[in-house]
Amino acid sequence: MKKKIIYEIKGLYRDNFRVTGYEFGKGKKSLCIVGTMRGNEVQQLYCCSQLIKKFKQLEADGRIAPNHKVLIIPSCNPYSINIQKRFWPIDNTDINRMFPGYDLGETTQRIADGVFKEIMDYQYGIQFTSFYMPGEFVPHIRMMEEGYSTVEDALKFELPYVIKRAVRPYDTATLNYNWQVWETQAFSFYTTTTTRIDRGAAGQAVLSIMKFLSALGIVKYQHGVSKKQSIVLRDTEMTSVRTAKSGLFESLVKVGDDVKEGTPLANIVHPYDGEIMETLYAPVDAKVFFMHTDPLTYANTAVFKLV
Amino acid sequence: MIKTIASANLPVDETLAIKKRRIQPSGKTKGMKRISIVTGIHGDELEGQYVCFEVARRIEEHMDQLNGIVDIYPAMNPLGIDSITRGIPAFDLDMNRLFPGNIDGNMTEYLAAEIIKDVSGSDLVVDIHASNIYLTEIPQIRINELHEETLVPFAEAANVDFVWVHGASTVLESTFAYSLNATGTPCLVVEMGVGMRITKAYGEQMTDGIFNLMKKLGIWKGKTPRVRKPIISRNPDDVSYLNASVGGLFIQKVNHWEKLKKGDLIGQIIDPLSGKVLDEVVAPVDGILFTIREYPIVDEGSLVGRLLCKEY
Repeated sequence: MKKKIIYEIKGLYRDNFRVTGYEFGKGKKSLCIVGTMRGNEVQQLYCCSQLIKKFKQLEADGRIAPNHKVLIIPSCNPYSINIQKRFWPIDNTDINRMFPGYDLGETTQRIADGVFKEIMDYQYGIQFTSFYMPGEFVPHIRMMEEGYSTVEDALKFELPYVIKRAVRPYDTATLNYNWQVWETQAFSFYTTTTTRIDRGAAGQAVLSIMKFLSALGIVKYQHGVSKKQSIVLRDTEMTSVRTAKSGLFESLVKVGDDVKEGTPLANIVHPYDGEIMETLYAPVDAKVFFMHTDPLTYANTAVFKLV
Repeated sequence: MIKTIASANLPVDETLAIKKRRIQPSGKTKGMKRISIVTGIHGDELEGQYVCFEVARRIEEHMDQLNGIVDIYPAMNPLGIDSITRGIPAFDLDMNRLFPGNIDGNMTEYLAAEIIKDVSGSDLVVDIHASNIYLTEIPQIRINELHEETLVPFAEAANVDFVWVHGASTVLESTFAYSLNATGTPCLVVEMGVGMRITKAYGEQMTDGIFNLMKKLGIWKGKTPRVRKPIISRNPDDVSYLNASVGGLFIQKVNHWEKLKKGDLIGQIIDPLSGKVLDEVVAPVDGILFTIREYPIVDEGSLVGRLLCKEY
């Protein structure tokens, strides 16, 4: 293992800002894994820490195939994590809207540039990312349609779902999009949570990446279970269940639950008198793929996505 | 007439309402032109607030000179303005990356869609921004090159100092102005002053410009002050960016909108702990300083100014 500083800038009163990478194996740049870009992505950080622990074992056991190098960057933004702020401390910009970056530009553009220069020529790229809304997911790989990444490779993660979606204007400044422009097969890895640690889901993420790398011949990893087939869907094929009222959100199901048509999913409760203003029901037989987790909700919010 | 153009109930005993005021002549208005003055998409930008007030005040002094419809939207992001938050509070989203919105989408997308529906069809929209809390801008209009032909003639009449025609960017396709311009409603984006403050002189200057635009559109029959001729930049090489080479405290040494020679000292980046000057920011070329750092703390890379290198 080689620990190295990928990018560094000097702080005024804070310690230097450092992006640190952990390199395993030698030779061809096969896989880069990137963890947190935002200060609240704790689960994403935890997943990377567990992967680094696993890769230390793999390397010690000689189970990384020759001529394959793996780089893991657990956090591109320790400054924000340390003050528990989602975006960049001074100007509130999002590093994941700054790619491919610009070395003479503003701070987060420089960080994006400094990181991207180190990781742009890997064959595969995995980013642990988070959704803009507070919520929990069934673990899945998310990928852009018409990108450089292939569904065939996404299936190698053996996660329950692979979700494809159309490119939107803001995507053009994300790491995932720019990786693909530079011909890296990039995948966004959605684990269950963001702001709290889910150890089980982190273990699942480690196992999933081991399966992926094993299928590609990059690591030797025997997991002793039969291959699982992911369901491939477009995000437009999901059924959204929206609130009609704003209020307190009281969930009646869990992410991953199979629900029958008509199953009560959640109540929206009046914040003062406790009356149930609205009960949301499953409109179809489905699995709960995404669930809002904030105790408050606004009207017209897609608090559930069902598949 | 004050009208709510979009509303949403919030979780606890509050309704979010986006309001506009329409000022129009009494009697029939059919066939009359409409100008919309929009501001407050970013909750920390307040310069447009004074312009909204001043435009209405001057019209009311001479209602007999009004020959069209003036719609004033002072607070597109009311929660942001009332909580000193740039984006939409709770969602942590930049409202100016949500357009054209979605009438069936979540609360923020719904509000964006209702805003576009209400403003669309104006003969001209002026969307007033105030930079951010970090930078002070000379009154200027920024135009996407895709809409240059339609917008530059309006911008020349708007009493700004500078018109910046910039390159197209995919990311900017989700802005309020792009959404309107792409669907045939001309929209000028004004940047002036600085976040969280009112620069009264800029407000007066912009108000004069809006009256001149109203005159040009036939909405205002009264006298209007003579407007300044802006410098127009179409070449990306005209603008030189000055970024901090090191983190520290930026101390400005020249005035905003000052003509500088290559090598002139613009400011210093100092370290109050060590008492050292960490770097000197100097003009890399001859030019006029149209952006200057307002918020003194800088990281490496923070923008401290922009120079317009065009002949003037």
